[in-house]
Amino acid sequence: MAQSYLDELEAEAIYIMREVAAECEKPVMLYSIGKDSSVMLHLAMKAFYPEKPPFPFMHIDTTWKFHEMIEFRDRKAKELGIEMIVYTNQDGVKQGINPFDHGSAYTDIMKTQALRQALDHYQFTAAFGGGRRDEEKSRAKERVFSFRNKSHGWDPKNQRPEMWKLYNTRIYSGESIRVFPLSNWTEKDIWQYILREHIDIVPLYFAKERPVVLRDGNLIMVDDERMKLKDGEEVQQKKVRFRTLGCYPLTGAVESEADTLEEIVKETLGEVTSERTSRVIDYEETGSMERRKREGYF
Amino acid sequence: MKDLLKFLTCGSVDDGKSTLIGHMLYDAKLLYTDQKRALEMDSRLKSRNGTLDYSLLLDGLMAEREQGITIDVAYRYFSTDNRSFIVADAPGHEEYTRNMAVGASFADLAVILVDVAKGVQRQTRRHIRICNLMGIRHFVFAVNKMDLVHYDKKYFDEVVLEIEKITAGFQVESACSIPVSATEGDNINDTSVRMGWYEGKPLLAYLEQVDVSSGQKEEAGFVMPVQRVCRPNSEYRGFQGQIESGSISVSSEVTVLPNGEKAKVKSIYRGDVLVETAEAGWPVSIAFDREVDVSRGCVLVSGFSGMVSNMISARLLWMDDEPLIPGKNYFVKLGTKTTPGTVMSVKYKIDINDGRHVPADVIYKNEIADCQISLSEKIVMDKFSRCEAMGGFILTDRVTNMTSACGVIKHDLRRSDNLVWQETDVTRQMRSAQKGQEPLTLWFTGLSGSGKSALANALEKRLLALGRHTMLLDGDNVRMGLCRNLGFTQQDRIENIRRVAEVSKLMNDAGLIVLTAFISPYAQDRENARTIIGDNFVEIYVSTPLEVCEKRDVKGLYAKARKGEIPNFTGISSAYEPPSNPEIQIDTSTSTLEQAVERIIERLEEIQKHKK
Repeated sequence: MAQSYLDELEAEAIYIMREVAAECEKPVMLYSIGKDSSVMLHLAMKAFYPEKPPFPFMHIDTTWKFHEMIEFRDRKAKELGIEMIVYTNQDGVKQGINPFDHGSAYTDIMKTQALRQALDHYQFTAAFGGGRRDEEKSRAKERVFSFRNKSHGWDPKNQRPEMWKLYNTRIYSGESIRVFPLSNWTEKDIWQYILREHIDIVPLYFAKERPVVLRDGNLIMVDDERMKLKDGEEVQQKKVRFRTLGCYPLTGAVESEADTLEEIVKETLGEVTSERTSRVIDYEETGSMERRKREGYF
Repeated sequence: MKDLLKFLTCGSVDDGKSTLIGHMLYDAKLLYTDQKRALEMDSRLKSRNGTLDYSLLLDGLMAEREQGITIDVAYRYFSTDNRSFIVADAPGHEEYTRNMAVGASFADLAVILVDVAKGVQRQTRRHIRICNLMGIRHFVFAVNKMDLVHYDKKYFDEVVLEIEKITAGFQVESACSIPVSATEGDNINDTSVRMGWYEGKPLLAYLEQVDVSSGQKEEAGFVMPVQRVCRPNSEYRGFQGQIESGSISVSSEVTVLPNGEKAKVKSIYRGDVLVETAEAGWPVSIAFDREVDVSRGCVLVSGFSGMVSNMISARLLWMDDEPLIPGKNYFVKLGTKTTPGTVMSVKYKIDINDGRHVPADVIYKNEIADCQISLSEKIVMDKFSRCEAMGGFILTDRVTNMTSACGVIKHDLRRSDNLVWQETDVTRQMRSAQKGQEPLTLWFTGLSGSGKSALANALEKRLLALGRHTMLLDGDNVRMGLCRNLGFTQQDRIENIRRVAEVSKLMNDAGLIVLTAFISPYAQDRENARTIIGDNFVEIYVSTPLEVCEKRDVKGLYAKARKGEIPNFTGISSAYEPPSNPEIQIDTSTSTLEQAVERIIERLEEIQKHKK
């Protein structure tokens, strides 16, 4: 009997995870609490069963995530009995770096630099990420095993050839590899898999009445008192959900009635906007993602 | 039919690959609206006259957009009502051939773009060849830029003829040529009204229905390379991996290669679910009914038709800036096993244009060559056409860590390298016990004229008289038959000695005492012979001095060699490396033949006693 498309994607991701566990010295799985991370975690639990995943999970906490995300993270780690490292760039916190005042410097300091610090601190040699090739053009070109130099930079013009399933995991000390087991999944695949496997996801993905503010064309949720209103802005109660999750001031909500998984999948299948438009950070010129990646963004 | 088609677009630079895919996605309304908006904005900025430049959809790297070329393979995902697709858009430049090969290793079908005005160019031929090497058996030739030849059938037919000539030599299961215009959209998603003479389907419709499941593939049996051993507690020990072919059920027997141990399947997990039977493509964890020595790199098999060998005979695509030089050591990764290996020899390289075999010693980047690789241990493998997972491999540079080459095992290996050693019921011990003797290989070495042959001959007669079963392998005699295709270069001498050692070993297995009389001047070769033959090897150094040998000159060879008529003559123009620690040493200039024979017999008895 032929395997379904989802079975094939699942098998590929599990194969990749097992290769990393077998060949890489000190792997870690980055966990962003989003739906892709939920799929990754689910796959990791399957891949090594009846053993627990033989590596820790790590969340880079910018301190600006939705509260519901943090609750969900801590609950999942406890439920599954996995090791969850939480890392925050304390220098950034001391300097009061925040998404309202510091723009792209915020992303750089609290995400990119924080990740680099964390990887260096724990000396991880391989880090799983939930990146998918359908997300963005430079990702569409990235290998499953993506090599990073000592300063975590990516050299897109000189990627190692990657043949069949024969991943080259050899690196020198100080260098590292980013591994993307979900490379070949699309957003639709993620949702269909979540539906098929009944994967637990953060409630923010489901439509619900939430306090939001319309800012620069995005609906931003007022998740705590740190969100300062600008002149003319007012908090409205709208039935919204989130297609991607990140830092609440940088994540746009979409108005939706979809409050069950089935409805979300249905909505996504008929989708006309690719998911990254709801991330404010990507509203920059073409090539911005690649530039960040070369500098060490995941 | 598979509900997913992974295909590759390739062809020479500027043949319009990215444009073709971009147009397909745009017309089929397979783009998200914001992607479409970005494309329209980008086109306004970057294309020459504001018309849509579909290639901007795929060329995602900054350098690519700046230079207007494709550097690395891009993956795009779309689906129609009939099928899901993953398309790998490959770069056309020769410099980025290895990236194209990455895409080819991923795909089941290749869409090869051919510019109708330029015909099939050199780089296109290279791509077709690499597609075939990487296992692609299904091709679509999109003969592009038909708009530039006024949609004239004549030009299309000419290119099709050319294509047919090229593909004639390849293993192709399906092939189709379609006249298209990527910029205008003819025969991409809709049938072109401007080419009424074309009766086939437009490209997208063809891709929606083409069957790429391999029809005539040979059966590889159940194969599962072990990725890791799962050991959560003392109760459970499972072997995790993906089933590459065949299927397996609880309580069926499997063999663990390369060691050949057998066990019964006790349980199978598919992910986290217990199952009775598991099939190809599934990620599983298999536990056995008993303790078996299994680690990463082992392969669980049943009905396996591959082999266990330390030699790989394969076709390589060289991808490293540093050329391939025979003798260099690499890491070879095949399945889940990584082993050090040395490229022993390059047989020939393949001419990109016409496939001819061209003699070569060194292989440069983007070249294809047939090579022989010697591994530091025996591993499990199969030919690529039967089992991709066991027949494809990569070479990694041990210093730079670069993936230097990928290769495929083309054929079943030569019979001598083949398969698992077949255990026979009648053993060497039984055969030698029947003869009442310990099998030995008495390896005589020494200069020409030192008395090796005479001594070996006399010793054999004596052993025969003692009721022993013997066989004498003489240098000249062997060269008239078994080794008659070998000359006297260093390489041929090495091979000559290797063959004699293997034959001696077989005769020892038969229970015989073997006597060999070869100059065997190189210490390394005698060491190799000792390795092949094992404990039964007895080195007898006939140390008669050169002056004596030359004075005897039984065959008149020394005289000729001194005159320079024989090149590479041992002792005169070629070195003899004396054994440093032979089991027995005899100088025939200081003893008679009978005395020498008696001394050897005595020494052999001592050696036997010592062994016991």
